[in-house]
Amino acid sequence: MSATKIPAVEGWFTLDDEPRLIGSRCATCGTYFFPKELSFCRNPSCDGTELTETPLSRTGKVWSYTVNHYAPPPPYVAADPFVPFGVAAVELSEERMMILGQTTGHVAVGDDVELIVDTLYTDDKGEHVVWKWARA
Amino acid sequence: MSDVAILGAGMHPWGKWGRNFVEYGVHAAREALHDAGVHWNDVQFVAGGETVRNGYPGYVAGSTFAQAMGWNGARLASCYAACASGAAAIDAARARILAGLCDVALVVGADTTPKGFLAPSGGERQMDPDWLRFRLLGATNPTYFGLYARRRMALHGSTEADFAAVKVKNAKHGLNNPNARYRKEVSIEDVLKSPMVADPLRLLQICTTSDGGAALVLTSMEYARKNGAKDPVKVTAVSTVTPRFPKTVVDLPDFATDSAAAVAPPELGFRDSIATAAYEEAGIGPEDLDLAEVYDLSTAIELDWYENIGLCKEGEAEKLLHDGDTTIGGKIPVNPSGGLACFGEAVPAQAIAQVCELSWQLRGTATGRQVDGARVGLTINQGLFGHGSSVICVR
Repeated sequence: MSATKIPAVEGWFTLDDEPRLIGSRCATCGTYFFPKELSFCRNPSCDGTELTETPLSRTGKVWSYTVNHYAPPPPYVAADPFVPFGVAAVELSEERMMILGQTTGHVAVGDDVELIVDTLYTDDKGEHVVWKWARA
Repeated sequence: MSDVAILGAGMHPWGKWGRNFVEYGVHAAREALHDAGVHWNDVQFVAGGETVRNGYPGYVAGSTFAQAMGWNGARLASCYAACASGAAAIDAARARILAGLCDVALVVGADTTPKGFLAPSGGERQMDPDWLRFRLLGATNPTYFGLYARRRMALHGSTEADFAAVKVKNAKHGLNNPNARYRKEVSIEDVLKSPMVADPLRLLQICTTSDGGAALVLTSMEYARKNGAKDPVKVTAVSTVTPRFPKTVVDLPDFATDSAAAVAPPELGFRDSIATAAYEEAGIGPEDLDLAEVYDLSTAIELDWYENIGLCKEGEAEKLLHDGDTTIGGKIPVNPSGGLACFGEAVPAQAIAQVCELSWQLRGTATGRQVDGARVGLTINQGLFGHGSSVICVR
C-alpha cells in the first residue's frame, strides 16, 4: 500500500505520470515565471497584469550541479542518517530560463534531464514529495 | 565633486567570540573615531549595517550603536542588503555628506553568528523564498557556491587544485593581519584533504561565519582639510546597482532565473555590471587598480571576480593566479587582507571591513601585508536578493 503523496509546496508542480512544473506566462509580453507570478509582469518594460498559469517544459539541460555532503539546517528535513544529495540548475530551452531542483542519481554539466516527482521526506502524515531532475 | 574622505577606520578582530554584537560595533567605532581624531559628539549621522540574527537591536543597528556610544542627537540609518549591508550603509552616509546634509558620518557593522550554516528565519514561512529554498531544495549558501564552481570547471577546465591555490594565497596574505581570525599557512594538500561540503568545494574552500565589527569615519573633503587631513583616502565610487532584467544566472536565494523568452539578456551580467558602474563613477578602469578586495565566499568565486572586475578575460583567472599576479608583490594583489578565507564572514561588517583594508593599504600602514605604493583600490561583493556592492578608494 502506497502512502499518501503530499506536495511539499502547494501549486508548484503536478503529480501525474509525466509531472510538470507550474509556472506562469505574461499574456502581454510572453515572459515566463517560476515560481509563478500571477499579479504583475516583472519585465520592467511591460505593464502586463494578465498572467496565466502554464505548465513548463519537463526536459532541459544541466547548466551546473553540486552535491551536498552535509545536512542542511531546518526547515530542511534531513534523513537520519544523512545521505548526500545532488542539486542541479537546469536550462529550459523554450522558456529560456534556469530552474533548480534536487537530482536523483548522478548528473553532469550538459546532461539532458527530465522532471520527476520524488520523496523529499516522510513523516507520520505521509510521503512529502517535490520535483527533482533525473537523467533523461 | 563627488568625493568623501575616509578619516578613520577601525575593526574588532574577527573570531567566534560569542559576545553581544554591539560590543564589537562599539569597539570598532571607537577605534575608527580615534584613528580619525574625531570626537563622537561631532558625529552627525550614524549608518549601521543590520544583523538579522540578533533580534530587534540588530534590525535597528544604527540606533543600537548610537545608544551604546551615548546618545548625541545624531541622525540615523539602518541598512540591510544581506552581504552588501555595509556598502549600503557607506552609500547612505556618503550620499548625506555629498548632499550637504552633514559633514561627519560614522558607518558601523557588527555581527554575532551561530555555528554552522547560515539558516533562514524560523517558523513556517511558505511565502519566503529564502525559507523555501532550504525547505524544498536543501539549498544552503554553499550549494550555490558549488553550482558556480562546477560550472567554472565545465567551462574553463578549472581543477580542485586551482581553487585550492586561492586558499593557499589568501592564507599567506592574512598571516600578519591582526584582525584576521585564521592566521595559519595551509597547503594545497590540506585543502584537498578537508571534508567535502558542496561538491567540488571542500571545507577549506568555503568561508566560515564569524563574529566581528568594522567601522569608518566618513567626512566631507572640506571638513577633512579644515581638520588637517591634507591627503586623506577618498571614496570616489560606491556601486550598489541591482541586476537588469532578465537576470540569467541563478543567485541566492533564487529557485530560477528570469526568463529571456521575451527580452534578450543584458550585455553585462549582474556581477560585471556592479564593477562597471563603480569604474564609471570613479572615472577609472581595471588597469588603474593597485589592489582589490573581492568577496571570496568560496575559492572558486574569487576567480570569477577576477574576470567580473576586468583583471583578465573570462577563463584566464587561473593563469593570473598561478602567475602570482594576484599575490602581494604581484601586478594586482587580490585580498591582501587575507579575505574571507582568513576572516570568515561577519555579514553586516564585511563590506565595511573591505573598505577598512583599502584605507590602510592606501595610507601605507597595512603592516605585514602592505601592497607597495598602493594608491587605487576596489572592493567588490554581492548581497543576496540582488544587492551590488563595490567601493573604489583613491589616495
